[in-house]
Amino acid sequence: MSNISKAFADGKAFIPFITCGDPDLETSKACVKEMVRNGADLIELGIPFSDPTAEGPVIQEANVRALNGGVTTDKIFDMVRELRREIKTPMVFMTYANVVYSYGSEKFISSCEDIGMDGLVLPDLPFEEKDEFLGTCHKHEVDLISLIAPTSENRIAMIAKEAEGFIYLVSSLGVTGMRSEITTDLKSIVKVIRENTDKPCAIGFGISKPEQAKAMAEISDGAIVGSAIIKLLEKHGKDAPKYVGEYVKEMKEAVEG
Amino acid sequence: MTNPNGRFGVHGGQYIPETLMNAVIELEEAYNHYKDDPDFNRELTKLFNEYAGRPSRLYYAEKMTKDLGGAKIYLKREDLNHTGAHKINNVLGQALLAKKMGKTRLIAETGAGQHGVATATAAALMGMECVVFMGEEDTVRQALNVYRMKLLGAEVIPVKSGTATLKDAVSEAMREWTSRISDTHYCLGSVMGPHPFPTIVRDFQAVISKEIKEQMMEAEGRLPDAVLACVGGGSNAIGSFYNFIEDKGVRLIGCEAAGRGVDTFETAATIATGRLGIFHGMKSYFCQDEYGQIAPVYSISAGLDYPGIGPEHAYLHDTGRAEYVPVTDEEAVQAFEYMAKTEGIIPAIESAHAVAHAMKIAPDMKDQIIVITISGRGDKDCAAIARYRGEDIHE
Repeated sequence: MSNISKAFADGKAFIPFITCGDPDLETSKACVKEMVRNGADLIELGIPFSDPTAEGPVIQEANVRALNGGVTTDKIFDMVRELRREIKTPMVFMTYANVVYSYGSEKFISSCEDIGMDGLVLPDLPFEEKDEFLGTCHKHEVDLISLIAPTSENRIAMIAKEAEGFIYLVSSLGVTGMRSEITTDLKSIVKVIRENTDKPCAIGFGISKPEQAKAMAEISDGAIVGSAIIKLLEKHGKDAPKYVGEYVKEMKEAVEG
Repeated sequence: MTNPNGRFGVHGGQYIPETLMNAVIELEEAYNHYKDDPDFNRELTKLFNEYAGRPSRLYYAEKMTKDLGGAKIYLKREDLNHTGAHKINNVLGQALLAKKMGKTRLIAETGAGQHGVATATAAALMGMECVVFMGEEDTVRQALNVYRMKLLGAEVIPVKSGTATLKDAVSEAMREWTSRISDTHYCLGSVMGPHPFPTIVRDFQAVISKEIKEQMMEAEGRLPDAVLACVGGGSNAIGSFYNFIEDKGVRLIGCEAAGRGVDTFETAATIATGRLGIFHGMKSYFCQDEYGQIAPVYSISAGLDYPGIGPEHAYLHDTGRAEYVPVTDEEAVQAFEYMAKTEGIIPAIESAHAVAHAMKIAPDMKDQIIVITISGRGDKDCAAIARYRGEDIHE
C-alpha cells in the first residue's frame, strides 16, 4: 500500500499546498508543521519554477517570491529531510517537468525516495508523456500522480486505469486560482473514474471557502487548496504559519462534514 | 520528418496540461484531414497569392555581392509579403484551419509584433475575434505594431509576468487557451510548442523553401550552396530550410541572437548556450540554470528574444544537418545599416542577424551562391536602432 493511500484511509482528505521558500524555507517548514497539527491529510509541496504555465497570478507570484529568495531544489530536499524526522503525513511534490528533467530524472526521483516524498504531481506531463519519468518513479516507489480535467472526456477511463497514488481532478478550465463558483459537472467525471479505478480522487483548482471544500469532498475523496493558502502567506509573510494552521483546521472540519 | 508522436529525434512531444490534450488532438486530426484536401489547399493558395502577395521575390543582391567580393548573394524577400514578414504564411494557414474547425476566436503570442499583426490581419479578413498577448517590455519596444494590431480590431494584452517578453507572452497565451478552448484556436507563431504545432507551422512556412528552389533553378539552373535565416523559435528558418533538407550539398545555417555575446548572460543564443530541457510543451534546447529555471534571455531583437528553439531545429543540430551560429546585437545593427545603404532594403533587425553572418562568410565563398531569407521588413525597428545609436527619435 502506498503511503498516499493512508491520507484517504480515515474519511475525506484535506490537501493543502504551499510553494516552498515563499517567503523563506523556515516559514515553509513551520507551515507544514501547522498544517499537519491542524488535520492536513496529505501535503502538496510546490518546487518553484520560473515559468509556471498552469498557475494563476497568486501562485505565479509565490514562485517569483520563492526564487527571488534564493530557494533551490537542493535546499528544498534538505527541508523535507528535516521535516520527515517529525512528520509521518504523506507528502507529494508539485512542480514542472523541467525542474525534474533538468536536475536529472534519476537523481531527482531517487532523492524523493531518500528524503521520504511519496509522490510527484507534474501539471505539464499528460498521459502521453508519462513514460518520461514513470520507470524511474516505479524504481524508487514514488507515485506519479495523474491529473484529469473537465475536458478529458473520452480520456478519463484511460488515465484512471493507470493512475497511481490518487487522482488529481481539476475542477474547472483554466489555471490555478480562487473561483466564486465551480460549474463543471464533476459528479459524472468522478463516476467514470470510479468505474475504472479504486484509487482515491481529490478535487483541486478554484477551491477557497469551507462550503466549496465540503461540496467537493462530498462528491469525491478530498479537496486540494493552494491559492487561498498562498494568499495568507502573501499577506502575513513570516507570521503566516499560525493563520495557515487556523485555515487548515476550518477547512478540514468542513471536508469531514 | 515528424514521427507519429510528434518527435524529431528526442525533441518535441506534448508536455502540456491535461486540460489542453483533447484540443491538440482535435487540432491534429483536423490538420491531417485538411492538409491534403484539394479545396483547402486551393483556398490557401488563393490567399497566399492574391492576399499575401506570394510568391515572394528571390532578388539578386548585385551590389552586396560585388562589395563583399565572394559568393553570389540572393535575398528571399519575405519582407515584401502583406503585413511585412513571413509570419502571414503560417497565420493564413492556421486561421483557415481554425475556421474549418468552427472556431470563432484566435489568440496569439507575439514578440516583435509581426506575428500579432499577421494574426490580427487574418482575424479581420476572416471575421474572427482576436486577442494578442505581448510582453509589456515589447509593447514599448514595438509600439507601432501595438497600434497596428488595435487598428486591425485585435485586443492587445500586455504581459507583465516574468521578463515581460516573448516567453511570457507564450505562457500567458497558453494559460488563456486552457481557460477557453471550445471557440478558441491558439495561433502559435513559431515552430515550437506541443505537437502538432511544430509540424503545422513548418508545413505552412515550407512555401519559402519551395519557392527558393524553383526560383533558384530558374535563375541559376542549380541549387544554392548555402541558405541562411535567423532563428528565434525558428519558423522562417525551418521554412527556408525544409525543402533543402534532402539536398545534402546545400548548407543550412541558422543565425541565433547572441545579444551582447554568448559569453555574457545577456544572450538568447539557445544552441550556443542552452541545454536539453522541457518547456512550453516541448523537449528541446533551452537557456536555463542548473536547476532548470528558464533564463531571462536578452536580444536587441524582440522577435529572437526567446530562451528556446523549435524541436526540429534541435534535431537538425543534433544530426549536424544544419549549423547554428551566434550573431551579436552590434553585428546585427551593422548589417541592418549595411543592407539599407547597399541595397536600399531595410531588413527587420531579426533578419539582419542572417545578413550579418552572410557578410562574414560570403567573402570566402567565391563561385558559390548564398540565399539569405529576409524574413521581415525593418520599419518597425527604426526607432529602436536609432536609440541603439544614441539618437532619440519620436514616431
